[in-house]
Amino acid sequence: MTTTLYTSDHEWLAIDGDVATVGITDYAQQQLGDVVFVELPKVGRALKKAEAAAVVESVKAASDVYAPVTGEVVETNEALAAEPALVNSDAQGKAWFFKIKLADRSELGSLMDEAAYKAHTA
Amino acid sequence: MPVPDDQKSLRHTPLHALHVSLGGKMVPFAGYDMPVQYPAGVLKEHLHTRAAAGLFDVSHMGQLALRPKSGKVEDAARALERLVPQDIVAIAPGRQRYAQFTNAKGGILDDLMVANFGDHLFLVVNAACKEADEAHLRAHLADDCVIDSLADRALIALQGPKAEAALATLCAGASSMTFMDAGPQEVAGIKCFVSRSGYTGEDGFEISVPAADAERLARTLLDNPDVLPIGLGARDSLRLEAGLCLYGHDIDTATTPVEAALEWSVQKSRRSGGARAGGFPGAEKILAHFDQGASRRRVGLRAEGRAPVREGALLFAGQAAGEPIGKVTSGGFGPSLNAPVAMGYVPVSLSALGAKLFAEVRGQRLAMQVSAMPFVKNTYKR
Repeated sequence: MTTTLYTSDHEWLAIDGDVATVGITDYAQQQLGDVVFVELPKVGRALKKAEAAAVVESVKAASDVYAPVTGEVVETNEALAAEPALVNSDAQGKAWFFKIKLADRSELGSLMDEAAYKAHTA
Repeated sequence: MPVPDDQKSLRHTPLHALHVSLGGKMVPFAGYDMPVQYPAGVLKEHLHTRAAAGLFDVSHMGQLALRPKSGKVEDAARALERLVPQDIVAIAPGRQRYAQFTNAKGGILDDLMVANFGDHLFLVVNAACKEADEAHLRAHLADDCVIDSLADRALIALQGPKAEAALATLCAGASSMTFMDAGPQEVAGIKCFVSRSGYTGEDGFEISVPAADAERLARTLLDNPDVLPIGLGARDSLRLEAGLCLYGHDIDTATTPVEAALEWSVQKSRRSGGARAGGFPGAEKILAHFDQGASRRRVGLRAEGRAPVREGALLFAGQAAGEPIGKVTSGGFGPSLNAPVAMGYVPVSLSALGAKLFAEVRGQRLAMQVSAMPFVKNTYKR
């Protein structure tokens, strides 16, 4: 069973065992507008919580995507690199950015559930 | 660029209520609360302008009339030539020309459009510079001209391949105008000033309309299904693809017209050996740049990869070269090219078409190539 959690910086994480799939929220893609480029981290990279892990660029501007938790990148979404507009069409589905192997499950305690995230963006 | 960002003091154009009702996402720009995009988004707005027609509110820009005290427009033209390196005297009635106010060091105070309306000159200047420009004109031309700030007028740009058809239904004179024609025209029964020009690289018009009639005219134009409202976001990506300078970014008080690759805008009559050579602020430096060359030049840049290279990115001669050789002054993603585009200043030795250099983005050196501008072929009706 997967649990989806959110950060205040508008990333989502789908937790499945000790691996989290990370993307940006639908709210975030609406704020960004048309996404034209994404830069993904390299597989094997060790990320610290809150470190800039990926970049998402609209016509207007570039934004960082932060690592929501500490861990190692185990997979990246090459389909997204090839088709950045997926962020706009399916932010919380096909447009996942990377998968990270959790180093410290206790970090999940500081993240928001869906209800809390909805309140955060209301 | 002096851009006040205090929300409370933001000014509204006569089309502000229209932007809000159309769902415009409002942002502070040059002291005004302006739409950066509408619900369609920057990408669609950009592509729609190149495919059909876009309507832009550019009422934040300054509109001025220079009226000669002598009654002869040539005297206003001669007076204005004291402030710009362009041949203003040669602008025929009903025609318009691109110009720059220069400073004593040969830099650019602002860029502007100058039209000859027969008995006076009509100027359009940048929003962020308009107060300074007006003061500059008063300080130097008050003996020869009455300077009228036309603050009670809005300015609407209609751009794209279907702009002519959209305007022609409301303005009998529109279709017979060619690129850079400018003058009074009746549009939907309203007395306007219309020029066939713009800031997108597309054929199109700029319509100066009394503020009180602006919303009615804009709504009438938007009733045409080919015409969509376009925000400042797409205005910027369109002008970037067209290779056009944005004041305060690609040109400023530290760039001469020669460094900025704007030689085409300085007529021979104002250059060394011309009938009215010099006689504008910074002439010594600017003419020296014409005669001996400048050391750096504004160029177009295309990236080899997909990552947009934005304003401020440093440019390097090599992948591992130490000192930066220049800087990107405008850059982003070109929706019509479906690729990153940029412009910036580089040493003349690296300014030839095809020259390879590198831009530093997030610590990586990305390969770029000096490329011809405009990046997208312009479609002016000449």
